[in-house]
Amino acid sequence: MKFLIIIKRGKMKNIIKAICSFSILALVLTACGDSSKKASTLDATKKQGFVKCGVSQGVPGFSNADASGNWTGIDVDVCRAVAAAVLGDASKVKYTGLSAKERFTALQAGEIDILSRNTTWTLERDASIGLTFVGVNFYDGQGFMVRKTSGLKSVNEFKNGVKVCTNLGTTTELNMADFFKSKSVKYEPVVFEKADEVVQAYDAGRCDTYTTDKSALAAQSTKMKDPTEHVVLPETISKEPLGPVVRQGDSKWEDVVRWSLNVFIEAEEYGVNSGNIDSMKDSKNPAIQRIVGAEGTKNGEALGLDNQWSYRIIKQVGNYGESYKRNLADTNIMPERGPNQLWTKGGILYVPPVR
Amino acid sequence: MSFLQNKIEKFDQYLSDHPKVKFFLPQALLVVFLFIIIGYLSFNASSNLAARGIDTGFSFLNKKASFDIQFSMIEFDSSMTYGRAYLVGLLNTILVSVIGIIFATIIGFFFGILRLSTNPLASGLATCYIETLRNISLLLQIFFWYFAVLRLLPSAENSLVLFNFVYANIKGIYIPRFVWTNLSFFIYGIIFTIFFIIIFNKYASILREKTGKHLPKFLISIGLLIIIPSFVVLTFGVSLEFSHPKLEVNMGISNYIGGVSIIPELIALAFALSLYTSTFIAENVRAGILGIDKGQKEAAASIGLTKTQILKLIVIPQALRIIIPPTTNQYLNLTKNSSLAAAIAYPDIVLVFAGTALMQTGRAIEIVTITMLTYLTLSILISIFMNWYNKKVALTEK
Repeated sequence: MKFLIIIKRGKMKNIIKAICSFSILALVLTACGDSSKKASTLDATKKQGFVKCGVSQGVPGFSNADASGNWTGIDVDVCRAVAAAVLGDASKVKYTGLSAKERFTALQAGEIDILSRNTTWTLERDASIGLTFVGVNFYDGQGFMVRKTSGLKSVNEFKNGVKVCTNLGTTTELNMADFFKSKSVKYEPVVFEKADEVVQAYDAGRCDTYTTDKSALAAQSTKMKDPTEHVVLPETISKEPLGPVVRQGDSKWEDVVRWSLNVFIEAEEYGVNSGNIDSMKDSKNPAIQRIVGAEGTKNGEALGLDNQWSYRIIKQVGNYGESYKRNLADTNIMPERGPNQLWTKGGILYVPPVR
Repeated sequence: MSFLQNKIEKFDQYLSDHPKVKFFLPQALLVVFLFIIIGYLSFNASSNLAARGIDTGFSFLNKKASFDIQFSMIEFDSSMTYGRAYLVGLLNTILVSVIGIIFATIIGFFFGILRLSTNPLASGLATCYIETLRNISLLLQIFFWYFAVLRLLPSAENSLVLFNFVYANIKGIYIPRFVWTNLSFFIYGIIFTIFFIIIFNKYASILREKTGKHLPKFLISIGLLIIIPSFVVLTFGVSLEFSHPKLEVNMGISNYIGGVSIIPELIALAFALSLYTSTFIAENVRAGILGIDKGQKEAAASIGLTKTQILKLIVIPQALRIIIPPTTNQYLNLTKNSSLAAAIAYPDIVLVFAGTALMQTGRAIEIVTITMLTYLTLSILISIFMNWYNKKVALTEK
């Protein structure tokens, strides 16, 4: 006590005060900074009752919100499938619209738990930014859109000085740099932060061509003054396997998302869809029995879910084929399935067996 | 306990005997604590990043960028490094800021003075201009001017041609490029000339003070400025040619090749930044002029100065002292606001470095830190310069 009184009276009072306040500040900051003890995402999702899903800010057919805020699209269906599997209700998803620039940071920081936003799977992204790609839900490739009046029929006809509009923060910028370099064509990239401005600037005539993934070209052209004035050149200059992404280091969650996607695709392979799944319960085919969650199948347990998880996905969301038809074919965005057809029907859609 | 008590009492005694130590010790401790906290936080951040498998470090600056940039003042292509891309972005930021500051100042002074005009039409116009532009969000103005510029300019095939060498179309304004031979000799010549003129002027001032003899300083300086560079041009074979932009048509696509292109994004951004900031500068100018005592003007009028002379010789020099400090703030704002460039594809440091480079490398913390430090440095440099200028025009009381 005496010691404290001396300090209080003494000249060191101010110093002690400063030290005390800074120690408190340091303690507070330490408490904020320590995130080594993380709960598993699967448990956290079950507890909070919704799946935190990062999507685009509006790419028709992939992830797009209508006037009343309902999200639809093939990327959205991945999140809905996970919600159906984990929570039993496909509508229990909280969507966050993200720009290409924000998407990885949002996932790293835990603001979202699944990133399903037409994101290309590359080595750099998989290996160095702490993320894991769980699979591919759309095989895409970069293409070029030009005005019909340009008369261009092929990407090989681009000449020096060509102005190319695109948006920031994607593999597109790198692909076009490689492409034009290999053709020794000097081009000028006009790079915008948001897709809407790219469309407006290209539409106004600022650029001769607009480049991004072909699916996005098709989707964005619906926003142009006269979509019929434009044509997508036939060549594809890159491979763009798009798929959902999760944080690295949480393998339970990674497995849940991966197999939700896989069963979604495998159901189409075996002809199981939202309409016939109840009648399929009597099927003799073991593969179908596993999908409908018939007696004795133990797929769910291995994932930390119940055995009806895959049934709920197909019942509530449908299979991949239904999702494609609903979002991309019926809306006339990408009527041809192309490589996104099942491997049994001439496409490259091939998933590991759900067993 | 008594030992400790003894020590503390001794220390207190020491402090009261050494006021300097007493003054600096708490501050030194504070600095040490700050360092410890910052160090702890960065350690925490880096270990968390490592635990999540996110690479860190600045080594990416030497890696190949593999993307291209639309507009750069130094040579750049996809085979150069991220460090070089940073430099391109930085120079573009500086370019648009400098253009913006110059035009904002000119337009701001014009409207500031106009608003004080006794002509109601003129002052009404200025008030209208200032109140409209400063009350609309800058980002909206940038979009407005950008799409207005794009809509106003014709397509490349129907370019506007001015004086037979300027071509304006939606893809940019194209002017001839200067092609120099032996440019370095010419630059050395100019530097030498300026140096020589300064020395000559010093000599002339000293001569006047000592002997009262007046040399025609201005005429001689102009003469030197013409004679020496012409001599250099003739002897060292310096020559200048113009490389005109040429229209090349590839099927239905026309583009100008060669020459210097001023991209529409730069025009729109510089335009929006200058107009927006000029309104604040105009208000500063008005405040500065109104801040001059009426007696000053009356005194000037009573000794027979004309209206223009009063403004030029009496009012403005005094008003500058009031105008400069808040205008410095506007210069800083303009420089920082130039980061909105990313919205309309002007490749400034935010678009190129904190945008594309950040996305391609994933080094968010490092890149954002570098970008913040860059803006901080630019702002501090502007402040230092403006403070120096402010001191220069300040009233030196004798």
